[in-house]
Amino acid sequence: MTPIFFLLFAAVAVFSALMVVLQRNPVASALYLVLSFCSLAGLYVLLHAPFLAAVQVIVYAGAIMVLFLFVIMLLNLRKDVEAGVHRTARQLFGWLLGLVLAAQLYLLLRAPWGLGPQGQEPAEAVQAVGNTQAIGLRLYTDYLLPFEVTSIVLLVAIVGAVVLSLRQGKHEGIEEAP
Amino acid sequence: MQIPGLSPDLNWFVWAVIKVVALMTAVLLPVPFVVWAERKVAGHIQFRPGPNRVGPFGLIQPFADVVKLLFKEETLPEKADRVVYFLAPMLALIPAITVMSVVPVGPSFYATDVNVGLLVFLAMSSLGVYAVTLAGWSGNNKYGLIGGLRASAQMISYELSMGLSVIGVVLLAGSLSLVTIVEAQSGTLFGFLPRWYVFYQPVGFAAFVLTMLAETNRVPFDLPEADSELVAGYHVEYSSMKFAAFFMGEYMNMLAISAVCTTLFLGGWHGPWLPPAWGGPLWFFTKVAVLMVCFLWVRWTFPRLRYDQLMNLGWKVLLPLTLANAMVTALGVALREGWFR
Repeated sequence: MTPIFFLLFAAVAVFSALMVVLQRNPVASALYLVLSFCSLAGLYVLLHAPFLAAVQVIVYAGAIMVLFLFVIMLLNLRKDVEAGVHRTARQLFGWLLGLVLAAQLYLLLRAPWGLGPQGQEPAEAVQAVGNTQAIGLRLYTDYLLPFEVTSIVLLVAIVGAVVLSLRQGKHEGIEEAP
Repeated sequence: MQIPGLSPDLNWFVWAVIKVVALMTAVLLPVPFVVWAERKVAGHIQFRPGPNRVGPFGLIQPFADVVKLLFKEETLPEKADRVVYFLAPMLALIPAITVMSVVPVGPSFYATDVNVGLLVFLAMSSLGVYAVTLAGWSGNNKYGLIGGLRASAQMISYELSMGLSVIGVVLLAGSLSLVTIVEAQSGTLFGFLPRWYVFYQPVGFAAFVLTMLAETNRVPFDLPEADSELVAGYHVEYSSMKFAAFFMGEYMNMLAISAVCTTLFLGGWHGPWLPPAWGGPLWFFTKVAVLMVCFLWVRWTFPRLRYDQLMNLGWKVLLPLTLANAMVTALGVALREGWFR
């Protein structure tokens, strides 16, 4: 059963990722991104990582993309409205980015394919403790410093957002939310 | 259980289909009766008899309503985004069914025991907002759009508090699996009080019930619908069975979220006197029914919150309160386990 589901989720993930870029309508793009995240969560489940799968859906599909959609709808971007803005600069940047990605893909495909070296915790050990517990133990012991640094970065972002909204409010008067 | 004469894969598949059908029935079947209960409770709160013409006590009324909705004209706004317009009502029905698949109704009576069951519930409740937001946007109607925007802002604000309010339960039970959480609530406190987490986590329970109302867009948090100002908010452009999908989705969400609340705080299928084999599901559904009546009671008692009141309650009251609750519980669990010795 697993290979069938893998192919299904992988195909949906790749297809929806392509559609994110190819769609002209920003709302459709955002929805395809949600679909892509959900099929990625399905792949995590197949890898015996249900915790990651659930967090993937909660954080990316449930929180971040809802905010994305909120902003897109609030600005009410329509198809092709932005097509003419900074056209040359955007095309140049696009070619540059495409070149870098192509180079990366070349290097990746040149390397021999196969399983990498086994990590410190093989699947059986993780199954024995439980997926959530294994991640928690690693996160709060070996990776405590990166974890705390990340939280400080997020705190700075929150403070920054509050300061920005307060400054805007002082000059222009706070707008009524919808 | 192995059905004789089937390969293990096929056996698994047959059982999966049986479970799915049973689950769909269990979620869909109560909906007409909940709708009837809503109208009956509303009637009696306002000194009216409520529906009383179709069938005994008006019990057949919801079925008559379904027939009426089936025969109504399907409308499609001219400038609607067609795909999203058709997608939104379908999305409204999915989260509730998925949530019920991880809720244990009785001892060894559940569809699946995922070891992150609680996270599945949180994920589905966060996906539930898409139906409302997309419905509001796709109809290309200003009232619909405002309803959709309100829904997404409201969901983001209350989801955090909902997630934090259940952390206390997770800490006490030591598991994210809903089956394990229910099993951890067996036994009694001081010999007479059932060991339900509502007695350990009164603040968490109160916060969860409030966010529960907000997540299902029920009064006093029904700003996305707000009939008096937005006509019908996000589903203003929907008619016939597509409207019915939203209508059903709301009641299915109420049922699913009440089931989760029962599981987390009210001891799930645990109850005195009756043998757990058939008394378990009976207790479970009794508790869910009590919570549902509270939902209806609140609707016909409280006025709608203003938008700024809603945001203040979410961010300035519920969030710090649930955060403090989680920290105090963590301290208590650490003391109980003797981590400071």
